[in-house]
Amino acid sequence: MADTLTRDLNDTGRKAAEKGTGDAIIEANHVSRSFISDKGNHLTVLDDISLDLHEREVVAILGRSGAGKSTLLRVLAGLVEPTSGTVAYRGVPLTGANPGVALVFQTFALMPWLDVQANVELGLEARGVPRDERRRRALKAIDAIGLDGFESAYPKELSGGMKQRVGIARALVLEPDALFMDEPFSALDVLTAENLRQEVLGLWKGGDSGIKSILIVTHNIEEAVQMADRVVVLGSHPGRIIAEEQVNLPRPRNKHSEEFENEVDRLYTVLTGQSDSGGEGGTGGDNTQGAASAAQPDGSQAAVAGHGASVAAGGSTPSSQARQVADEAASQGSDLVGGVNGQSDRDGEKGGEDARDGGGHEDLVQLPDVSPGGLKGLIDVICEYREGADLSDLASDLSFEVDDLLPLIDAGSMLGVLEVHDGHATATQQGLQWHKAGILESKTLFAQLAMDHASLVRSIDQALRRSPEGSLRGELFIDLLRGRLPDVEAQRQFSIAVNWGRYGELFDYDADDDVLTLDTGEDEQSD
Amino acid sequence: MASFLKMFEPPRRLFVPAQTQETDERDTKTKPAVRVLSDCVVVAVLLALFGALAYLLPAIDAPIGPAGIPSTVSTDLRDLPYYALRSVLRMAIALLCSLVFTFVYGLAAARSRRLGKVLIPVLDVLQSVPILGFLSATVTIWLALFPGSMLGVEAASVFAIFTSQAWNMTFSFYRSLTSEPTELVEAAKNLHLSAWQRFWKLDVPNSMIPLLWNCMMSVGGGWFFLTASEMISVGNHTYALPGIGSFVEQAGSEGDMGKIGWAIAVMIAVVLLIDVCVWKPLTAWAEKFRITQSESETVKKSAVLTLIRHSHLNDVLFALIRPVGDVIAQTWHALKNAFSRTSGSRRPAVGVRTASTVDGEVRPAGRAVHGDGSDDANGAHDLEEGVDRRRKSRARRRMAGDIAFFGVLGIAFVWGVVQLLLSIGRTTGFSELWRAFGLGFITFARVAVLIVVCSLIWVPLGVIIGMNSKISSVVQPLVQVLASFPANFVFPFVLMWFAAWHVSLDFGSMLLMALGTQWYILFNVIAGASSIPDDLVEMTKSLHMSVWMRWKTLILPAVFGSWVTGGITAAGGAWNASIVSEIVRYNGKTLTAKGLGCYIAEATAKGESMKVLIGVVVMAVFVVALDRAVWQPLQRLADRRFVVA
Repeated sequence: MADTLTRDLNDTGRKAAEKGTGDAIIEANHVSRSFISDKGNHLTVLDDISLDLHEREVVAILGRSGAGKSTLLRVLAGLVEPTSGTVAYRGVPLTGANPGVALVFQTFALMPWLDVQANVELGLEARGVPRDERRRRALKAIDAIGLDGFESAYPKELSGGMKQRVGIARALVLEPDALFMDEPFSALDVLTAENLRQEVLGLWKGGDSGIKSILIVTHNIEEAVQMADRVVVLGSHPGRIIAEEQVNLPRPRNKHSEEFENEVDRLYTVLTGQSDSGGEGGTGGDNTQGAASAAQPDGSQAAVAGHGASVAAGGSTPSSQARQVADEAASQGSDLVGGVNGQSDRDGEKGGEDARDGGGHEDLVQLPDVSPGGLKGLIDVICEYREGADLSDLASDLSFEVDDLLPLIDAGSMLGVLEVHDGHATATQQGLQWHKAGILESKTLFAQLAMDHASLVRSIDQALRRSPEGSLRGELFIDLLRGRLPDVEAQRQFSIAVNWGRYGELFDYDADDDVLTLDTGEDEQSD
Repeated sequence: MASFLKMFEPPRRLFVPAQTQETDERDTKTKPAVRVLSDCVVVAVLLALFGALAYLLPAIDAPIGPAGIPSTVSTDLRDLPYYALRSVLRMAIALLCSLVFTFVYGLAAARSRRLGKVLIPVLDVLQSVPILGFLSATVTIWLALFPGSMLGVEAASVFAIFTSQAWNMTFSFYRSLTSEPTELVEAAKNLHLSAWQRFWKLDVPNSMIPLLWNCMMSVGGGWFFLTASEMISVGNHTYALPGIGSFVEQAGSEGDMGKIGWAIAVMIAVVLLIDVCVWKPLTAWAEKFRITQSESETVKKSAVLTLIRHSHLNDVLFALIRPVGDVIAQTWHALKNAFSRTSGSRRPAVGVRTASTVDGEVRPAGRAVHGDGSDDANGAHDLEEGVDRRRKSRARRRMAGDIAFFGVLGIAFVWGVVQLLLSIGRTTGFSELWRAFGLGFITFARVAVLIVVCSLIWVPLGVIIGMNSKISSVVQPLVQVLASFPANFVFPFVLMWFAAWHVSLDFGSMLLMALGTQWYILFNVIAGASSIPDDLVEMTKSLHMSVWMRWKTLILPAVFGSWVTGGITAAGGAWNASIVSEIVRYNGKTLTAKGLGCYIAEATAKGESMKVLIGVVVMAVFVVALDRAVWQPLQRLADRRFVVA
């Protein structure tokens, strides 16, 4: 193992040269994956990822939701074909499902109509192993993972933890070169997950399982640090490697040791993207986040908005009203679309990220999917800490995982109610004010914050104010968003904006008729 | 036939949580005496089945006598049980054919991107073509295939029944295939299941429950067209086969009510027997294929299934089937290995290690890397370029293939339409087409009135039944049996009433159509009403809502989706039923009603194939257009707005 650890893993450029050394099981070279949106734009999910998996190592892929972790795993497993780049198993490019990989699924993926034994035997059956041999080896795997006595049970009779044991046994029985685990413990309760994690580590350490390497996808930072020799951090929109961290802690790892906690904090810092020191974990390399280059100039925003407008005009509802409003949005340089253009424009994306790094939130890519009420709750919690809170402490206090916490943190930073530095969150002055406000006041405050910092909310509000009747069809905005985002994401951005606008009593939305209207404050609005 | 049954989803009922049936399967504690007794019963039934088959089979390909193919059947009551057996056998063979068709067609449509784009619209059209359309087009072929033997007529009849069964089953299977849970599909790929293994381990089990329900519906639909399938009137000939359908047709045209009564009694017995001996055990058994995360809360019990499970039939079947399965699996593997070897690719040195595998077996099924020297360590760059090149050329090939495929199809389609129009112009003239459209509107009016009236009657009744769990547990199974009972068996009685009251068939045919199709509205509404959550009902009570308000705010929106499902089925069924409802023979007279169904039936009987074609095309246009213009928007509305979560 030491051999692997001392290797300079960060230099992805040298990956090609390593080929043929024999201990790389899977090599991915410059893998990208994109798809075409309903509007015909290319949307990149994975961007130029190079990654090797070696013998005798556990690699964790860490990232927040939407970073394309699962897609990357599936590309490596040969279930999804990359748009460009290659994946090779033992030096042979994949042309179908990777023959050396056994996959453990988040949702277990057991055949409900087969009992435990038959489920475990399935992969052997596919390889033409004779019946008796199959039975013997399945029983061995079932024993190894502690499923004794459950051979003839059907999956629906089992608890989540037991189901995942079946999933693991089904993979173990194949003695794969690489065991791939796709968020294997995230559908389980905390205790069961911990228990199972330990058992998998035990099997790995025992070494007689026949598994040569493990690749685990997770959004749980502690899990990554606990299990992996190497953590690969993916950034979002599009998914790309922003950092690689070696975890050199001795096993078994103590979750409460200082080194462990430092490692966790460091990864939090990388994930929130707020650190001044970038990929402090010492990765550097060409895959880390691009150096701070020029943030997007205002002019380009207007251009992009103009593009959005033309899309809307040519779209399915070219009503004169829609065109007029869209034109206005463009001429005003409104950043309705400018705020989200990073999705398909990589440079713009970096600009956006950098702007965020610099503390400006104006260009932040998308509205994080959080409810204002939830955000208020988080601020209330943070305000209870005198000195602010470490994100890792916050997460464990709230039993949140990264996916639950980070969108809230993003939203808080975006609206300027909290600040994050090196994985440490503190409430700003505005945050404190919001924390102390009463119900109505808190809504007014939120409305002001959203108008100041959330470009989509502001754009909708302004467009509504400019329209003669004070009402517009929601489709107009979804159409504009769709020009730059996948359909689902556009819908989601719109509904988040509507939710925020409703909470702040800025505007209302009638989903039946798809009509947005200004909240004129006829129902008493506190001022 | 039909959208008789568009895809039908099983009505979902909520039952009290209890132990699942699965435990019975492994129930080894059953008393030995019970097991032996069960064995005896099962063996006796099996013997009886084989005996019946041996008795029936010789008659099927009996030579045609000197008088030619009979155009009448005897209405001797003593023949009735034999006729019933013959009809059931026909139904079973047709169902088997439908199943095979379903698997082949469904797989082709779901797995091939190109074929799917063509096959599914074609299925939509096939579904709306009435049974007589298929019959008149093919009966001569069937007769020519088996010269001098009754087998030709038999085959035509089975084919006719098949066309009344297959389409909705295929739709159901296709929909199951395309909605397989992603993670199970990925698991299958990751485990390298072969296509054969995937079919049996994933595709079939996953589609089992909806497919079974559609089988039941199909058999119901088949019964309805039994008379038309067993007494085939094509081109001035009538070919009659011994069967319960032809018996009823014959007795009806002779006006012999007593005999029809007997036939109805036998038919009810047949429907009930099939329900108890086939559908009940199958649906109970199929529960194990329901995809749930947790222990199932529904319990379906079937005495017959319990009996079979107590017997040793399971073990015997296993012992018989397992070696066959093993042989198939091994052959498959041998073939696969041979294939991957001949393709001459290099394999990875180490794969998933299995003790008994030859190294070739670790390769993903079927496909192989084409040797292009990519492995001689020229560095990743070359490799990447090679892959990229291949990717690009594949994309190009794919595009070219698409253009060729759809181009050829498009041309063929246009050519077909042009030819159709040309030959219409040559033979009957376009006035015939307009006439058919006019008649189509008359039939459309009938269908519309029927749906509205049936809805007005059955929605309130269905809601009352469905919201009272005591009544619905009794009525629901009864309605389902009624739905599969061929309503046209009671036509003669209704016609007798029409004659007495001087009701014109122009109006009366609506009632005839309704007799066959109203049940779909009823039992869907019952199912919908019984799944209204209790807390919502309690809410309406606690708010002291008036009856009208309760209906307006809760009940009608809650059953809307179910009503749409029932309405689609009923409307599609009514169109197809028009061919047996707008023209009826009763007491030696032939009554007709102006309409498209009558037009097609008359043209078929007279052998005017051009008119049949026109009629069928017009009907298909009507059904498909209405489906697109009315039902699909309604369904979308129901899915969007009126889902009771």
